[in-house]
Amino acid sequence: MISLKQSSHRPGRRDHRGHELVAPSGMSSRDLANESIAGLFARPGRMILAVFGTVIGLAALVATLGLSRTAENRIIGRFDELAATEIVASAKPGPDGPIPDALPWDAPARATRLLGVAAAGSISAIDIGDTLIGTSRVSDPRSQTQFSLAVQAASPGLWDAVRADLKTGRFPDEGHSIRHERVAVLGPGAATRLGITGVEQQPAVAIGDDLYLVIGILHNVERQPDMLGAVIIPEGTARHDFSLNGPEALVIETDIGAASLIARQLPLALRPDNPAVLKVASPPEPQRVRDNVQSDLDVLFLILGGVSLLVGAIGIANVTLVAVIERTGEIGLRRAIGASRRHVAQQFLLESAVMGFVGGILGASLGTLVVVAVSAFQQWTPVLDPLVPFAAPVIGAIIGFLSGGYPAIRAARMEPVEALRSGT
Amino acid sequence: MADPVGPVVHLVGVGRRFGTEPPVDALAGVDLSLRNGEWIAIAGPSGSGKSTLLNVIGCLDRPTSGRYFFDGIDVAGLSDKQRAGLRARGIGFVFQSFHLLAHRSVLENVMLSEVYRKGPHAGRRERAADALAQVGISHRADFLPTRLSGGERQRAAIARALVTRPRLLLCDEPTGNLDSTSTENILGLFEDLHRSGLTIVMITHEHQVAERAQRRVNIVDGLLSEAT
Repeated sequence: MISLKQSSHRPGRRDHRGHELVAPSGMSSRDLANESIAGLFARPGRMILAVFGTVIGLAALVATLGLSRTAENRIIGRFDELAATEIVASAKPGPDGPIPDALPWDAPARATRLLGVAAAGSISAIDIGDTLIGTSRVSDPRSQTQFSLAVQAASPGLWDAVRADLKTGRFPDEGHSIRHERVAVLGPGAATRLGITGVEQQPAVAIGDDLYLVIGILHNVERQPDMLGAVIIPEGTARHDFSLNGPEALVIETDIGAASLIARQLPLALRPDNPAVLKVASPPEPQRVRDNVQSDLDVLFLILGGVSLLVGAIGIANVTLVAVIERTGEIGLRRAIGASRRHVAQQFLLESAVMGFVGGILGASLGTLVVVAVSAFQQWTPVLDPLVPFAAPVIGAIIGFLSGGYPAIRAARMEPVEALRSGT
Repeated sequence: MADPVGPVVHLVGVGRRFGTEPPVDALAGVDLSLRNGEWIAIAGPSGSGKSTLLNVIGCLDRPTSGRYFFDGIDVAGLSDKQRAGLRARGIGFVFQSFHLLAHRSVLENVMLSEVYRKGPHAGRRERAADALAQVGISHRADFLPTRLSGGERQRAAIARALVTRPRLLLCDEPTGNLDSTSTENILGLFEDLHRSGLTIVMITHEHQVAERAQRRVNIVDGLLSEAT
């Protein structure tokens, strides 16, 4: 609103302060977006050519950043969740075999008290000499009824620690162990050889002269695969029947990431009096590779990406400038139907910013694809900062916006009179 | 725009000097008053200053001397933006070369007129369709301008000028690119619009075209004279 003292010859068109009321022209942001996008997509082929440089530049940047991160973070060997959570403690070898009585009977209980231990149980191989194992003491000359099988003793916690699952029946519990009950679980290999397929008929196996009731048949174990071919009896029963001196090995399942810590604490927790007698087998720390040679290459690629971005910016500026000159008539028309210089400039700025934005999306997609493809080929895990692909369109839009500056100024400076005269 | 009684266009001693060396007076003291509903033809040879006059009347250019009142408003006192607002709401332009956007349908071209006037989005399409019906080319609404004949293109351009219901229709050689049949059709359309009360300023160098107007003025060397 402008105050005009001499003003018009016709009263009645003023507000109460005597100001002339002529509203300026205006454009809603929705219209601005419509006009810019319609202007762009009128010539899609040219737009694609214009954004090509930006696409290449941003793709190079995204791919470089992604690949250097991926290479930095690649882990030698496969990460094995099973191996990474397993610890086995046993006696250190002495001059004549393993040091005796190295593991205490309450080793599983002592280990379970440590934070980070998910399950712990002890396992021991039982030496039964030449004793054969069978289901029947009848000697059948036509087929074998007695077999030479391994016998192992397991503490109640072992089943969880080795991730055992049953085909049928149940695991022996604490009670069986305490009461020295003669029960057994068969590994699937042992069950097949003995011809036992189920526990409903309450089958029994004879170890030497003693009968053991089969209460369960294993389906599989994830650790200690020896168990699959063995007859497994409770630890307490083994102490009573076979004079087991002490557990042979302690199997521990840790929480993910706790293995190395538990491995350090374990000897002291089990044998505070003499931790040196124990041998603890723990998984190796995952190793990360850092390649210094790689980073020199990165700088080169980043420079290349930057150069292509510059070329891309010039490309957008060029195409927008051509469009401004080509659309002189349109600019004149827009001015005639009420566009201000600012409206015209806004439209061309937005057009070039959208071009950069589209280039950024395409570039980010292309760059991400390169990272994934190279990683797949190298069998690496692709690592990409999520910010990078999302930042690319923003960077593209800023580049487009900046490169549209000069053409937009040219468009805004056009005199409508001359623009209209210059044909369509 | 409000009061329909006073003159729509009122020029008092309007001059436009271009700052070349030596300076050129494209307009020299033009007085012109145009009542509401008048149809005036401004005729003159090329270089006579008629385009300059059109630009001044259309608020695209400012006079260097004299006063110009559009619909009672002193245009000299307005900012660029306010004059743009005046163009968006008060003046419809029709050009010799149509100036239709080649990549938009006829209907979208007509809708373009409302983009800069801060009007409501709702009903824009309907108003554009009405304007196309008014000039008799509803059946071409979804065509691209390049598929239209010259006469149809000019009708589309006139629809674009009419859709904002302007106070003044400003035509720069509206029949300059048309054959005689199309010219006759367009002039017939102008007669209809004139009868419906629209104020029309038409610049032309063709006498047969100028003669169709209700009032004729000649311009020679920046000076206006009423023709009989």
